Amino acid sequence: MRRGALTPYLLIAPATIFLGVLFLVPLVQTVALAFHADGSLSLGNFTRMAGDINFNDAITDTFEVVLLAVPLQLALALGMAMMLRHVRRGRDIVLWIWSIPLGISDLAAGLVWLAILTDRGYLNTLLFHLGVIPGPESWLTYETPVALLIAIVIAELWRATAIVLVILAAGVQLVPKEYAEAAEVFGASSWQRFIRVTLPLLRPSIQTALILRTVLAFEMFATVLTLGGRNFPVMMSEAFNWQYSQQNYGVAAAYAVLVMAVSLGATLIYLRVLRTPAAQLP
Amino acid sequence: MTIRRGMFMAGVATLCVWTLLPIYLIAMSAFGGEPVVNAWPKSLWAASLSFSPLQAFLHISGVWLSVLYSVEAACLCMVVSILLGAPAGYALARYRFRGATLFRLFVLLTRAFPVAILALPLAVGFIRLGLYDSPIGVGLMHSVLAMPFAVLISASLFQAIPRELEEAAWVFGCSGPKAFLRVVLPLALPGISAAAIFAFVISWNEVFAASVLTVRHKTLTAYLLAVLAESPLHIQFAGGFILILPSVLFIFLVRKHLFSLWGIAGR
Repeated sequence: MRRGALTPYLLIAPATIFLGVLFLVPLVQTVALAFHADGSLSLGNFTRMAGDINFNDAITDTFEVVLLAVPLQLALALGMAMMLRHVRRGRDIVLWIWSIPLGISDLAAGLVWLAILTDRGYLNTLLFHLGVIPGPESWLTYETPVALLIAIVIAELWRATAIVLVILAAGVQLVPKEYAEAAEVFGASSWQRFIRVTLPLLRPSIQTALILRTVLAFEMFATVLTLGGRNFPVMMSEAFNWQYSQQNYGVAAAYAVLVMAVSLGATLIYLRVLRTPAAQLP
Repeated sequence: MTIRRGMFMAGVATLCVWTLLPIYLIAMSAFGGEPVVNAWPKSLWAASLSFSPLQAFLHISGVWLSVLYSVEAACLCMVVSILLGAPAGYALARYRFRGATLFRLFVLLTRAFPVAILALPLAVGFIRLGLYDSPIGVGLMHSVLAMPFAVLISASLFQAIPRELEEAAWVFGCSGPKAFLRVVLPLALPGISAAAIFAFVISWNEVFAASVLTVRHKTLTAYLLAVLAESPLHIQFAGGFILILPSVLFIFLVRKHLFSLWGIAGR
């Protein structure tokens, strides 16, 4: 029985049209908006963006958080995925608990950590009982940039490690146990088995997880605003300010294009560095 | 039990506490209200817990409506992304056609772009269409974010259902659409509802686009972000807790599908 050759096209048409109108068109519009100023093609929006007082801070802050958080997330998630393999009872419950942050928004995560790190919060209570501080102490202000950075990295670590974990854990399931067992027979220690056998086989999953996580990390926005407010500008919060407070859509679009360029750059680096050698393709 | 095993279990337990304790602490802050939030030093168990701080939060003018707008936008996102995404997923799973790879790539591409690049011009476009500052506009924008997942997840779901079952239904006289409705859809439904729940959560949690696309009819995330600077902490914590509540429930509901949601959508 053969059905019309048109059927698949009819099936993908609604999604294609929808994404064309609400994804491709806005994408082109943003790029056009960013490269236009005063009605002609120009880099005016970008020079205005780069000349802004917050620009350097926004770039440094964003990169600091991404470069600290993403590697830590990868390491933590790898450890968790490996542990998950050896959990005998209640594996489902452990996986569920570990993946709860997957459903928590960046805004809610920021508020959760604000409850812990605020002046009269739970961290200060702990430090007080340990005798480290005499009373409520502020960690999230302009005067404590290092503490603020650490707070944001911890909040990101808490919220977004889960997504890396789930991708890696799904990848680990696809790795046959026989390889590691064979390595064990030949006398490899568990660390050697991890480095030489499991890690290379996980490379595609690691690549996927890193691309997804890094793109999302460059988009960080609400967590930073809840914890740092205006004291910790990042690229997305600047885009938001230019759009919403200053009503300057051109500079906001320039920031959006910058975020896109940085994300694409990171993706290309991962695709190159972590590509699976042709010899290892299945 | 060996010492090694004991240390291992302790590690697993520590990571569980690391995940759960912060949620417990914001729940304390949300149920305890102002007295608990301002208490110093804090205790791990607050004596005066009640629902009244949360009720008080929901009674602030605008809050209840913003919850409603969030639900509206999330439901629209769920319906649109599944209704448009699932057929496309079916096409990818069952047909070999020219442009299939290109379409798959196009869908994946939408996920690689930051939300800012879409939300900013949509604000302008929506004003023209009368969709600006409405949960419908926000829901449509969020559908773009949820669509890749809907397409790729349903493609993998349909792929897992043997083609033979569908062919057998044809042999017994079912038409193409009828065979799909009677045989394939019931088998795919659990997975598709997981994808739908996931689309709901994506919309419920999204902050940036919702904030840019609304002024007065703000969704809950946009509302909380807007009042961040001026509202007292216990209000913010109550809002944060209400944001978390459905997410935790939803992750519980889709826990069996987590791997297929992410493991395959990631490829």
